[in-house]
Amino acid sequence: MSVSPQPAMPKSWRVESKPHKFCPGCGHGLVLKCLGEAIDELGIQDRVVFGCDIGCSLLSWDFFNCDSVQTHHGRTTPVMTGIKRANPDLICIAYMGDGGGYAIGIGGIVNAAARNEKVTVLLANNTVYAMTGGQMSPCTMPGQKVETAPYGRDPEATGMPTQGPEMISAITGDGAYVARGTTANMRQLKGYIKKALQTQMEGKGFSFVEALAACPTNWRTNAEKTWAFVEKEMPQYYKVGEKKNPFEEKKEAQQNG
Amino acid sequence: MSEKPITGEKRAFMTGNEVVAWAALAAGADIMYGYPITPQNEIMHYWTRQIPKYGRKFLQTEDELSAGFTTVGGVLAGLKAFTATAGPGNTLMQEPLSMAEMMRLPVVTVVQQRGGPSTATVIYSQQEVTLTTLGGNGEGMRVVYSPSNHQELFDYTIKSFNTAWKYRFPTFVLGDGYQAKMRESVTLYDPEEKGITFVTPERYVGKPGTPGVDRDPGHYRNTYNTEEELFEVLQQHFADFEKMAPEVIEYSQESVEDADVIIIGHGVVFRGVRDAVKELREEGLKVGYFRPITLRPFPAEQLKALATQGRKLLIAESAQGQLARLVKDAIYGATAEIVPMFRPGVGITTEQIVAKVKEVL
Ligand SMILES: Cc1ncc(C[n+]2csc(CCOP(=O)(O)OP(=O)(O)O)c2C)c(N)n1
Ligand code: SF4
Ligand SMILES: [Mg+2]
Repeated sequence: MSVSPQPAMPKSWRVESKPHKFCPGCGHGLVLKCLGEAIDELGIQDRVVFGCDIGCSLLSWDFFNCDSVQTHHGRTTPVMTGIKRANPDLICIAYMGDGGGYAIGIGGIVNAAARNEKVTVLLANNTVYAMTGGQMSPCTMPGQKVETAPYGRDPEATGMPTQGPEMISAITGDGAYVARGTTANMRQLKGYIKKALQTQMEGKGFSFVEALAACPTNWRTNAEKTWAFVEKEMPQYYKVGEKKNPFEEKKEAQQNG
Repeated sequence: MSEKPITGEKRAFMTGNEVVAWAALAAGADIMYGYPITPQNEIMHYWTRQIPKYGRKFLQTEDELSAGFTTVGGVLAGLKAFTATAGPGNTLMQEPLSMAEMMRLPVVTVVQQRGGPSTATVIYSQQEVTLTTLGGNGEGMRVVYSPSNHQELFDYTIKSFNTAWKYRFPTFVLGDGYQAKMRESVTLYDPEEKGITFVTPERYVGKPGTPGVDRDPGHYRNTYNTEEELFEVLQQHFADFEKMAPEVIEYSQESVEDADVIIIGHGVVFRGVRDAVKELREEGLKVGYFRPITLRPFPAEQLKALATQGRKLLIAESAQGQLARLVKDAIYGATAEIVPMFRPGVGITTEQIVAKVKEVL
């Protein structure tokens, strides 16, 4: 039996920038694997503009063989929106973390969503500000101990974690695609990302995918505990699934018709 | 309030960020509002660990606009409120701080400089001098201290609360990532035991009594109907600032009387400047230093007096001429020659300064 020395890389990955710069066990690499495969399967590598935020996502600025822009913390959605408005032939992907997306960048996302901008936002939710060393993020779980909530997140003082996809599906118009996937189910996550990109390609509307992802470095967890957190604990609060699906709507409409 | 954070004198060996957190506790700061950014994060980390013991508060906001405006809110409610930021966060912070300038709100901001423009780097830089001294739109007035070691970081963070509340101008402590992250010896103390009297904060909103009955309502505004109205208000700000300046301006100088070269440096770079002067003097060379501690108001007269004919002013900074701009403005009309030593966003060592002085002597 011949064994390939390396696991297969998506074609759209840039070999020269591998191995990637994320920590061992990091969720970002898994999300970007799904994205890479989705880009390959849709055959859009030559049209993609990949925008990454400031957060650990910034480490992906040279990750793909795609034109890529590293923007400002929280500002990737408007930069990608600007590009899309200027050249609608491009497929614009804004990649960010939960802090960049739901805290500083939420104004940009909410308004892009409300305008149903034809861009795709892909957000890795790892429940912390990872790049800056593990502070509380909008997605920190109740009771979770983080650097700026050293005695555990107290929802009384800081509210409940942000439910991004639920919020965004409520404010987007017809044609938008919104889902929450997880790195614990890669096949499903890739499917969600693919549909999000198709939503953009077909000009249907805004598309948004949150991916539950691990940050073993800031969680200070071993492999087993890391996986348990992603697979078991996070989905108790963050429900995985499609929240808004224009392709389903069409099916339903056809059935009804 | 609960127990005092520090009694007597305490020798400690800690990072600059930890020093700032202890200084804010010692200064009686009531509340910190902040948003994570390297290299100031540990100020929030140490603050959030300590505050339950001392009955202080913390709010992490969704970004620096909000961190700045919540700090403005804290001050309006009459608390000694502060925030900390850096780099691109400092850029965003300028919007709330221009409101603080317009309304004369004593907001205290600690800036731990990092490299720019944009996200750039996180450790060694003096590239936020222009932004921190002149940040907002219009012509707001503010005080900026530039400490150059951990002891000063402690002293001037404490002092900034008093300056802010006494004169009602937003006040900054301009640190940098290098000192923020580095450990150094420092003596922590209780300011009141040292004879420092705290200026008592005052409520802008929520004073006792019924507005319109027991007291006038507080009507604070930020916009003006006519150019003349604004002009009047600004004249008052400028006059207050000018009156305050001699009381607030701080600087230090050494070996300047007979110096052929005077090295000018501030903040972390001053460490190298001071040692370079010592070394060069030991070699018998006529070299001195001038170091502004307040970058705003700037010790202009004091420096101008030294900028005499035939002298060289060597400006050493980890930026492309931001201190130099302040210096040139201050000494306008003087005849000393300016020699730039600009290393934007990188360190400057004693050896480099010594070599540069020898080159120009
Ligand atoms: C205006 C501004 N404020 C703050 C920062 C500092 N900063 C850089 S990354 C980051 C948090 C990133 O967290 P997240 O978006 O969740 O991404 P992660 O690193 O967790 O993947 C912050 C606060 C910045 N670069 N710019
Ligand atoms: S710190 Fe966390 S999110 Fe960042 S690369 Fe490491 S594991 Fe990934
Ligand atoms: Mg995160």
